[in-house]
Amino acid sequence: MIRLRGRVIKEGKAYGNALVSPEPIGFLGGVDPETGIIVEPGHPLNGQSVAGKVLVFPTGKGSTVGSYVLYRLAFKGLAPAALVNASSEAIVAVGAIISNIPMVDQVDIMQIQTGDEVTVDGEWVMVQRVARNGRR
Amino acid sequence: MRLKREERHMLAGKEGPAVQKAMEIIVALGRIYGAADLVAVESVQVAGVSYKNLGDAGLQFLREWAEQGARVRVPTLLNPAGVDLENWRALGLPEEFALRQKDVIDAYAQMGITTTCSCTPYLIGNVPRMGDHLAWSESSAVAFANSVLGARTNREGGPSALAAAICGRTARYGLHVPEDRRATHVVRVDCAVRMEVDFGVLGYMVGKRVGSGVPYFRAGGSAWNGETVLAALHLRSLAAAMAASGAVGLFHVQGMTPESELDGIIRPDAEEVVIASLREGYERLSAPLKRIDFVSIGCPHASLEELSEIARYLTGRRVRAKLWITTARETRKRAEAAGWVQRIENAGGYVVSDTCLVVAPMETLGVKTMATNSAKAAFYAPSHSGLQVRLGTMAECLEAAVQGQWTSRRRGA
Repeated sequence: MIRLRGRVIKEGKAYGNALVSPEPIGFLGGVDPETGIIVEPGHPLNGQSVAGKVLVFPTGKGSTVGSYVLYRLAFKGLAPAALVNASSEAIVAVGAIISNIPMVDQVDIMQIQTGDEVTVDGEWVMVQRVARNGRR
Repeated sequence: MRLKREERHMLAGKEGPAVQKAMEIIVALGRIYGAADLVAVESVQVAGVSYKNLGDAGLQFLREWAEQGARVRVPTLLNPAGVDLENWRALGLPEEFALRQKDVIDAYAQMGITTTCSCTPYLIGNVPRMGDHLAWSESSAVAFANSVLGARTNREGGPSALAAAICGRTARYGLHVPEDRRATHVVRVDCAVRMEVDFGVLGYMVGKRVGSGVPYFRAGGSAWNGETVLAALHLRSLAAAMAASGAVGLFHVQGMTPESELDGIIRPDAEEVVIASLREGYERLSAPLKRIDFVSIGCPHASLEELSEIARYLTGRRVRAKLWITTARETRKRAEAAGWVQRIENAGGYVVSDTCLVVAPMETLGVKTMATNSAKAAFYAPSHSGLQVRLGTMAECLEAAVQGQWTSRRRGA
């Protein structure tokens, strides 16, 4: 297991499988608030759902209304379980706080791969790699 | 980040969950952007008012915060809403939308906010003083307050502005810090910039080039062609367009804006930007439309002087296209007292309050082509409302409203 330390943006504890984006995510127009699916054309995660995942991405982008998209997802039970950034910005940070989604930044996100079992607990991010056959 | 005892108490929840959540937002932003401490704000202007942008989730969020006991501590105003709150039916705006919009306004009112919905608080009595710290959201108002009035505010999002209103303070980073108010770009304008609409187009072009930078406009040379007296109106159009096509929250104009002569106001590594012609900007914002269904004046919200000029132009005439003059309710009341609203309405035009075409559900009105004198409106209308746009001076737009088609032969427009 890898233990990574970051900086708390929204205090909390959560667990889920990692969904890792090499590129920034913009929530307004980038994620469908009705389904939780990433819909930005050309985005590397296009077509994937953020629901229940530990969503790992470098930083946020786009319109400030994006904070409300996170709230809307949380309201419908489609929000990510936790958010992990390399470097956080205002839109996603505010979205995490108003939606009660645990969030850390200043994390070495290169250490995390899609599918890893990740626990976020305060400033700590615990990463368990899962082998292809499902064994740890 | 240094927090005072009272601020630590807020963060710990000693003033209740609503204040705690607000303080969490402020502290998180302060941490992210390296603030040393918090700073008291004189006033707040909250965006995220139109139901078009908020949706049911946003409404739910505001209601929840209000129910938790969120109350503002400083004078707080709202950005334009999605409908004229008194006159939406006559304007043909959908009832369901209008009712939800009123719910949004009620939630804000419950928090103690003055429910004046305008992007120009500085035209209706909320004029910040030089050096005042604010938490404003509307992008053109932010750029105007920082640049022309010398106040200090970041470009706040809706929830972060509301958080500042609830705590009476914001984190000291970005445009609250003198260091970050220095110009990152020096703009040389090598072409004629004469009319208000030209300043909008210039702003559109510069905003695209500088992004979230701080541009410094050099005067002299042929900058404003030597003959243009820069009015606040011109600076307002410049500000609005730069804040829309880029993320400009502050700019300086040599010899005009209050911080332009400060020592070291231009960073040593500032990049030079040369604007040799406005043609590219006009081509991107304006299509050579003939038929005009809809004419929009008042983005940002029209001033009293503009309403007087429009009333004079339309007296004794009749419009063929739908004409909306968007303005603050206070401005409308004053124009009404002067008899100007009546004259505009006699010509078939509407003087619309509380809203604007950027946040109203324009797609429900059945109009396809629009003339406007606002580069900001021209920038947003195609993507937000599916409208095709022709950009020109106010007189050209009013004439298009009367004729139902574009008649000006002026080049550039």
